[in-house]
Amino acid sequence: MRTGSDNVVIAEIDEKQEGLDDTEAGLTSAVPAVTGSRPKRRRTQWAEVWRRLRRNWMAMFGLAIILVIVFTAIFADIIAPYDYREQNLLRVADPPSREHLLGTDDLGRDILSRIIHGARVSLQVGFVAVSISLIVGGTLGALAGYYGGHLDNVVMRFMDVLLAIPSILLAIAIVSAFGGGLGNVMIAVGIATIPVYARIVKASVISIKEQEFIEAARAIGATDLRIILKHILPNSMAPIIVQGTLGVAIAILSAAGLSFIGLGIEPPTPEWGAMLSSGRHLIRRAPHVATFPGIAIMITIFALNLLGDGLRDALDPRLKQ
Amino acid sequence: MQPNDTAAGGVKREEKQDPLLEVRNLKKFFNTKQGSLKAVNDISFSVRRGETLGIVGESGCGKSTAGRALLRLVEPTAGEVIFEGENITTFKRDRVRAFRRDAQIIFQDPFASLDPRLSISEIIGEPYEIFSLYSKAERFERVQNLMSLVGLSTKLTNSFPHELDGGRRQRVGVARALALDPKFVVCDEPVSALDVSIQAQILNLIQDLQDRLHLTYVFISHDLSVVRHLSDRVAVMYLGKIVEITTYHNIFTRPRHPYTQALLSAIPIPKVNAKRERLILEGDVPSPVNPPKGCIFSGRCPYVMDKCREAPPALISTEEEHYTACYLVHDQADPVAEE
Amino acid sequence: MNDVLLDIRDLRVTYTTEEGLVVAVDDLNLQLRRGETLGLVGETGAGKTTTALSIMQLVPSPPGRIETGEIFFDGEDLRRKRLEDIRNVRGNRISMIFQDPMTSLNPVLTVGFQIEEAIMLHQRLSQRQAGRKARDMLKLVGIPEGRAGDYPHEFSGGMRQRVGIAMALSCNPELLIADEPTTALDVTIQAQVLELMRRLRSEFGTSMLLITHDLGVVAEACDSVAIMYAGAAVETADTERLFTNPRHPYTRGLFGSIPSLDEDVPRLSPIKGIMPDPTELPTGCRFHPRCPAATGICAERTPVMVAVEEGHEVDCMIYEGLVPEARIGEKED
Ligand SMILES: Nc1ncnc2c1ncn2[C@@H]1O[C@H](COP(=O)(O)OP(=O)(O)O)[C@@H](O)[C@H]1O
Ligand SMILES: Nc1ncnc2c1ncn2[C@@H]1O[C@H](COP(=O)(O)OP(=O)(O)O)[C@@H](O)[C@H]1O
Ligand code: SF4
Ligand SMILES: [Mg+2]
Ligand SMILES: [Mg+2]
Repeated sequence: MRTGSDNVVIAEIDEKQEGLDDTEAGLTSAVPAVTGSRPKRRRTQWAEVWRRLRRNWMAMFGLAIILVIVFTAIFADIIAPYDYREQNLLRVADPPSREHLLGTDDLGRDILSRIIHGARVSLQVGFVAVSISLIVGGTLGALAGYYGGHLDNVVMRFMDVLLAIPSILLAIAIVSAFGGGLGNVMIAVGIATIPVYARIVKASVISIKEQEFIEAARAIGATDLRIILKHILPNSMAPIIVQGTLGVAIAILSAAGLSFIGLGIEPPTPEWGAMLSSGRHLIRRAPHVATFPGIAIMITIFALNLLGDGLRDALDPRLKQ
Repeated sequence: MQPNDTAAGGVKREEKQDPLLEVRNLKKFFNTKQGSLKAVNDISFSVRRGETLGIVGESGCGKSTAGRALLRLVEPTAGEVIFEGENITTFKRDRVRAFRRDAQIIFQDPFASLDPRLSISEIIGEPYEIFSLYSKAERFERVQNLMSLVGLSTKLTNSFPHELDGGRRQRVGVARALALDPKFVVCDEPVSALDVSIQAQILNLIQDLQDRLHLTYVFISHDLSVVRHLSDRVAVMYLGKIVEITTYHNIFTRPRHPYTQALLSAIPIPKVNAKRERLILEGDVPSPVNPPKGCIFSGRCPYVMDKCREAPPALISTEEEHYTACYLVHDQADPVAEE
Repeated sequence: MNDVLLDIRDLRVTYTTEEGLVVAVDDLNLQLRRGETLGLVGETGAGKTTTALSIMQLVPSPPGRIETGEIFFDGEDLRRKRLEDIRNVRGNRISMIFQDPMTSLNPVLTVGFQIEEAIMLHQRLSQRQAGRKARDMLKLVGIPEGRAGDYPHEFSGGMRQRVGIAMALSCNPELLIADEPTTALDVTIQAQVLELMRRLRSEFGTSMLLITHDLGVVAEACDSVAIMYAGAAVETADTERLFTNPRHPYTRGLFGSIPSLDEDVPRLSPIKGIMPDPTELPTGCRFHPRCPAATGICAERTPVMVAVEEGHEVDCMIYEGLVPEARIGEKED
């Protein structure tokens, strides 16, 4: 309508109005929120979340473990005492010793080195698989939640179909059809959990889109895309982050499961599930071969769950008074 | 600081006749499980340039729906909204977006109407971002100016909504509405969620901004004292319909519709010995899914006549600047008076 | 002395929160005479609900704690009573109605049953007699007997509030505490409820503490008023005196803030600033940062309640002769 750069609004602002004087009202650095909602100091919401998370020692413990694992994965080449492929058929399934802290496996490879490199694989599988399901499921869920109606029906019925098949079976089916390997395992695990994210994102989009600030955004001319990306998604992050964290654990476990039954990542890639599987027949003679990869999986899942639970509480303090 | 002492007599400000907005037979029905809910059921009125038209009524009578329909924030079921000569109900998406620069809204709930993840300056400056106006530096400058305009300390630029009290948040909402320099603003119960002392600050702000920026308001509230204080003319709504429109002065001195009279007599006046006639209504407001067939008020009206139950009375002029939808009043009024 | 039913002295109640110690009620003094309705007026966070809960000995603890003070009800300090005695007072001699009666009604029980239960808890009546009485109470508040078998959600807001009143009055309490009973209601429904309360009060002779933020409701329903600000009463008087001659700058500010229905006031005269942070109440007079009359002494010395005339007390140093009064008028123009 108007070309619109001339804003009369802003011209004269000199006049001081009564009741409007923030400064006179004794407003110094901290802003007292009016009673009822208790006063908060200046902090972004993420800083607030971090502060609450920090006070939860279990979550911090989980986070510390995860950071160690991530660090190990990144610097695996430096940290690992041996090459993970290096076989030594003279020392097959040796128990832990000074040279091989966690012993060697059925082909005489150093288990510690393989576990360290395996962290890389597992984390990769976890994050990539979750990213796939989050991006696909999240987008579908956001669209279904925002537009509702037919789109919602079609998308969600499709999700129901996916959900009706146990995700591990679905992953098995995909991997059997397209073959194993790191890439296919990540895709299979990712696809299998798409409905979980679609549902979570949809539910939180629906609850957010009813709020008045969404209408306010429409009133100032925001497009649907902008509303979804700028207002709805950032406000629905809490359940997504929690689910994502727990999802990484589930993905790692599923990938390990696939490898365990021989459908997943192929040797010699040091995958924890595959390592566990290969130690299976030695379980009596050399239990450490299967045990250590198992412990690695367990610790990782445990740490991710601790962190996920902690995040849930930190992101939504109402749940826990 | 100085009150504008034009309040003598019946007309608060100078005569305003030129209509900025005309609403004709506006309807908004919602589909619900119980059936079609007639939230706004055939209302017509006009808003003159520079005036404040107050809309008052009890909760659920359709005030917010009407206000949003004027801005195409809800799609009207039927009717026309003529803004500066153009029927906005026929606008396509791009025209609606352009229309947003002229017509804005201030919301009731200062807690829910601001995105909790954005800082104050991001909220106020968002309209500029949406319409790609100005450079970064200019935007910053304008946001600062808007903040001082509405009485927010510029120290709050990087604060978040949860750090502010209700009054300040409402100021943020006002600043955002004014960012695009609109001509017309719908104020939907902007002070209902605030305590009295803060409410008065915001009412004064809204009043001052109108004078300075030559705004036209539709001011919605359930509180007749607030509406009367701010408005030039007042429309009284009941169950999706307007039952009476007149000047702010008449609405208290000569209310004609029985519902308006009941509403007035129900308001407790903060004065001792404010002896008034009591007209206490029986029962509750009927459901907007099945409104009464005849006059919308016939189920609770103490003066109900047979014809009231048959067909709804029209909102017609019963004296100068006074429209009433009531057979009783029509019968008493000059039969020639007509719109 | 015997005509004072409720006498609150130097009450101080705090809540321990993450942000610090919230002093919700601080040095509160209140008297309610037998048969009278006292209006307790204040904005959100003034400590009205906390005061009511303190009388009922129902302050949630933790985080709340009644630190000091006495609450004499009919000559006995409620704070010194044993728990079972308090239970006997609660609901029997003192009962309370809330802003949203939904919070005090059990959603899965019929309203008739709930009233009946309340009656049987405190009176020696058979189930049949109690049921009869419950239906009588409902009739009294204008709800058809036949609806005694309905659940709370089947009633509209106004009807629910009537149920709340019926329940509260079912044991003929001596004191009824009503915490914003009409705030959630539309004006025409509010008028019905206020009318009902007025009728029942004169019928039963119940004394009442009516909590509200609406000075209009006070003018209509109360014999005397206490204005509360940031945890303390700053002005108390009978309604007529307070409305014709408000003295405390805060009270005056409140009157200046409400738009008038019957007069043309071109512009409101609001109180500047906002309610203080309850964890850091201002020193001296707690209203001084917002007070148009404040001088240096206001930030340093705490005012004491003085009687400006018989039965009209104000907590402001103007009336102790320490701050010039003229300054109030100046700003009001
Ligand atoms: N999106 C909606 N869907 C269904 N019914 C609605 C919707 N919005 C409002 N209503 C109904 O329309 C009527 C009018 O509502 P509203 O305009 O919000 O009233 P007011 O603002 O006067 O309180 C109410 O009965 C309300 O329940
Ligand atoms: N359960 C609680 N925990 C912490 N603070 C509370 C609690 N209840 C009330 N408060 C605080 O006590 C003060 C007085 O509250 P309240 O008695 O509810 O006031 P009012 O009823 O006048 O609005 C407020 O600052 C409020 O935030
Ligand atoms: S003592 Fe001072 S600050 Fe306090 S109320 Fe009186 S004048 Fe105002
Ligand atoms: Mg509304
Ligand atoms: Mg309260």
